[in-house]
Order: sequence, then C-alpha cells, then structure tokens
Amino acid sequence: MRIIVCIKQVPDSGEVRFDKETHSMIREGLPSIINPFDENAIEAALQLREEHGGEVIVLSMGAPHAEEQLRQSIAMGADRAILLTDRRFALADTLATAYSLSTAIKKIGDYDLLLFGKQAIDGDTAQVGPGVAEMLELPQITYVREIQVADGKVTAERVLEDSYEIVEAQLPALLTVVKEINEPRHASLRGVLKAKKAEVTIWKPEDIDAELAKIGIEGSACSVIETFTPEPRTGTEKLSGTSEEIAEVLFARLRQQNVL
Amino acid sequence: MIYVLEEKCIGCSLCVKACIFGAIKIVDRKAVIDEEACTLCGACVTACKKHGAIFIEEKSREEADVSAYKGLWIFAEQRDGNLMNVALELLGVGRDLADALNISLSAVLLCGTGIPACNGMPQQLIHSGADRVYFIDHPLLKQYQTDIYAKALVSLINRYLPEIVLFGASSIGRALAPRVAARLRTGLTADCTGLAIDREKRLLVQTRPAFGGNLMATIVIPNHRPQMATVRPNVMKRLEPQTSRTGEVIEVKDISLQAEDMCTKILDVIHDADTTVNLQEADIIVSGGRGLGKAENFKIIKELADVIGGAVGASRATVDAGWIPSYHQVGQTGKTVHPKLYIACGISGAIQHLIGMQTSDTIVAVNKDPNAPIFNVATYGIVADLFDIVPVLTETFREKLGKQ
Repeated sequence: MRIIVCIKQVPDSGEVRFDKETHSMIREGLPSIINPFDENAIEAALQLREEHGGEVIVLSMGAPHAEEQLRQSIAMGADRAILLTDRRFALADTLATAYSLSTAIKKIGDYDLLLFGKQAIDGDTAQVGPGVAEMLELPQITYVREIQVADGKVTAERVLEDSYEIVEAQLPALLTVVKEINEPRHASLRGVLKAKKAEVTIWKPEDIDAELAKIGIEGSACSVIETFTPEPRTGTEKLSGTSEEIAEVLFARLRQQNVL
Repeated sequence: MIYVLEEKCIGCSLCVKACIFGAIKIVDRKAVIDEEACTLCGACVTACKKHGAIFIEEKSREEADVSAYKGLWIFAEQRDGNLMNVALELLGVGRDLADALNISLSAVLLCGTGIPACNGMPQQLIHSGADRVYFIDHPLLKQYQTDIYAKALVSLINRYLPEIVLFGASSIGRALAPRVAARLRTGLTADCTGLAIDREKRLLVQTRPAFGGNLMATIVIPNHRPQMATVRPNVMKRLEPQTSRTGEVIEVKDISLQAEDMCTKILDVIHDADTTVNLQEADIIVSGGRGLGKAENFKIIKELADVIGGAVGASRATVDAGWIPSYHQVGQTGKTVHPKLYIACGISGAIQHLIGMQTSDTIVAVNKDPNAPIFNVATYGIVADLFDIVPVLTETFREKLGKQ
C-alpha cells in the first residue's frame, strides 16, 4: 500500500526562552523539528508498511530548510520525500495549505492512506487534515489512537472528550493521529546514512498544476491583522506557614473565588 | 482593483517606466492600466506619489457576493439528544455579536432524536438567546459523522447564506468546521478565545492563541463568506436562560440525506473511564509531575482530586517514565486544558507543560524549588515538599467540604 504522510516543520517549543524584561517569547533562532504529532503519523505509517508492505512518502510544504525535517523522516525509514517550496506558496492559511497539499497528493496519485498529526504545535489549528480530505473527497477520521488495515478498509479508534469510537472507512482515507498511538522510533544509523544521500523532490506550483489564485497569501481567506504577546500573569501569592496553616488559607482563597 | 484618477493624471508616464510588467500605456495623455497584465505590485503607485493619481483598492470578491450573506449562526452541538455546554456559550457571545451588527442570531441543530420537539432542544436554544432555530431531525444524524453532518450543514448554509457561522472547538466542531469551510471555500479560524465586531467593515474580529497561548493572533476574513470560527469551550459566558423568550423554530425537511452520503461507519462507541479522561471539560484538575518520584505516588494526586471532584493530570516526564498513561498528559503534546482550578504538584513547569495549562483561571503550584518556572504562572505558590503538603490539603478540604 502507498501511504502519504504530511508533516510540518515547527519551532522546538522545548527550547523556547522568554525575554526577562517583557516576558515575551523569543522566537528568533529556535531550532526546527518535525511537528511531534507528525512524527507519530510517520511511525504509524512505517508500522503499517512493515505489516502490509508498500511505500511511505513524506510530503511537506514550507521554506527550503524544511528539507531537513524531510531528511529526518527518511532517516526514520520513509521511502521518499517531497517538499513544496516556493515564494508563491508562502503565507498560506489553512484553506490555501490544504489546497496546495491536496494538489500535490493528486499528482503523487495511487495512494491508499493519508496520515497527518492531529495538529501542529505552532498554529494549533487542526484544520489542514480535514481540509485536504474535503478537497480530495475522502473519508476522514480525526484524533486516531489506533489503526488497523484489512480488506481494503481501515478501522480506527477515534478519541472523543469522554469516550472513543471505533470507526471504519473504505480506503483511500485520511486519518489524523494523536500522541497515544505510538512511540516514534529513533533514526537508525543506516537510516541516517540513507537520508544524507537521499534526494528530496522539490515541487513548485507549476509542477503540481496548482491554480495560483488558490495558493499562498493570494489563496488565503484569513488574514492575520495583529499578533501580540498576552499579558503575563502577575502577583503570585506565596503561601507559607505550617502545612495546616497553608491548607486553611488556600481553602479560604479558593472558596472566595468560587472555585471550590 | 487598480484605478487611475483621470483628473489627477497629467500623462507624465513615470508609471509606465516604473511598471516592469508593461501593463501601463499613455492614451490621450492619461495612464491606462491593462488589468490582465497588472500584478497589483504597487510600483506605479509609488512612482505616482507626487500626483497621487493611481491607487489600489483591496477587494477580491465582488461586494454584492459578500453582502448577500446575513445573520449569525451557531452550530448547536448535541450528543445523545442533549445540547453541549459550548452550544449555549456560543449563544452567549453570539448574542452580543449579532446585536452589534444588528442581525439575527440563529442556532442550527442537527440531530436524530426521532421524538417531537427534539427533546426540547430548540426551545432551550431560544431560551438561551437564539432568535431562530433551524433543525433537521433525521435518523442518519443520530450520531455525529463528518460527511453527513457536513452535507446537511453546507446545504443549509447555501440556502440561507449566514454571514458568520460559529462552532465549538470540540472534537466534533474541529472535525466538521474545516470540512465545511473547505467545501464552501471560505475562511475558518481555529479555537478562538476572543470575538468582536468591527462595525465599520462589518467584520468578525477573531482572537486566538498560537504557540499554546504564548502568542495571540487577531484574524479577520475580509472577502469570503460566511466568516467561520471554532470557539474554545469554557471561555465564553452563556446567558441566563429565560423561559419567557420566544423565537422562531424552523424544521427543514427537504434536504436529502442518504446512507450513501456516509463514507465512514461507527462500529462502536466506548465509554471507558480507564482509558479516557475528560481533561478538556474538567472544572478542576490536579496534576502530578516528576516530583512524585514513582508511579505509586500518583495515588496522592488522585486522593486530592477525588475530594474536590477533579480529574487527574500529568506532566510529560511522568508519562514518558511510564508512571501514568498518556491520555492524562497536559501540555503541548498532550491536552490543552483551561479549568477553573489547576493544582500542579511536583511539576517544575517546563514550557511544554505551561503551554497546556497557563490559561486556567486559578493555578496553585506546589514545588520544593522556589525558582521553579511553574511559580511564574501560579496564582498561589506553595514552596514545600508535596509529600508534606498535599495529604494535608486533601484532609483539610475533605473535612471542610464535608461539613457543608
């Protein structure tokens, strides 16, 4: 089976530092990583390939240096990687991103399963997966924590707030996965060597026959008019004394605020 | 669109020289722009600064198209015939927004109750602020399924053309809304925590956290309709229900829904308290971190949580160590939560954890290390060994709550 995994290059939040004066996040110079949920999607794809054979193709849209994360996915075990990169793809909202990715996926063709992480940790939108499913007219199952493939069908456990569903769909289908699904493997030494030599395919809008009016900033419906750092919390009240005294005071405070 | 103001244009041809696309000619001593060749790059506007004869107006879709859309809708999410809290919260914020635009507020309800009056849901929506309720009660809509819900909702939107559609940012809203938005080719803003109206431009001004709340973005959808957003649960205030409120209830019966419209099948729904924990909707969460030292000590956390009716959360370190299953994890790679009360015990407060909980209303932090970053976001900080203080909190709270 052919599995396409869509990944995003994101800043590593584990390395975020804050400006001591303004309490704002310092975004410059953050190292980039594969979006953590997308690593789960790659792992899920590799496990399915081990079980059913076939190939795993990793696709991303982003700046030229997103090639680094695609190489990492090859090091994990993906067969090949494709990067959509061009100035005209830039500043896309989720609508334009979904269009660009779906056009690239059509060009790859003959896929059985599309896997995404449940959301990216920088934008937190969770909208691109379902958007791609719509544009390719595929069944979608979001928030998946287990996948079984048999007889041309996929069966998945979809996590809801207070329960989970067992959902079945015909292939091809699009799934987005949560962290619980697996523990992503580390790259093997052989994988790292392979990744070094691998060629990452670069596609421009012309290569995927994308309509220019539907990609990048031109194809976006949402426009960001402002970004700002939220006011930091101030005035932590330190409670001290014996444990019993602290418990009394804390209870009174929480009562006062109607939270207990 | 790009325009030449003829009364200001003197035919100096500076713009012709500035245009690298060869899109401008001088005809009868006036600049004429070939719109096919023009890329709206603005070079001519700069070149013509002195005369101010050329300007670009941002307007992609036809205005008539946009103004055909009227009214604010909220998607009234229900499960098993009961409205979700977030539906009522959407009516609360929707009321203010609709009033600011002087338009009506409608709730759209998709359900499969099979009982008259849909288990009272339409009336409940009217009492909570809706002017109008559109509903479809159909057996195929009994359980949420993305494709058939999307089909029903898109049909309704295309028929009634609402200006704004709001959804709860739940596991249902966040699966449905992007599908609907992509089909309508319109904009959708995820997980908003603030909504307002720009009256002059008649735009919904949407504020949302990114980077797990470390950065806020304000977003508008200028040229596409409807303007759509998912709204974070537990943030907006619902209205006090008024049984005297009246409104219009419209049952829509002529939208064809068939089993073939569903390409997924729900084989089973499992309510398993052992493998699911509803952290996102919990009002109180008590979380444990590395300071617990070992898996068994999570029972200290659970005891406190039980006494105050809270759910148990965990830091990534404890999940990675295998002390507790990952569905308890709060943080960037776990769940983003915003309860009324969050008690962090033995959690140092790595950025990845703070991102998942810093928007909680009240935060209590217990940690031995006075410099732990968790204290930067805490409302109440307790510098102490959790093994000393947490059991005392549990006992004290049990005693005090028991008395009432």
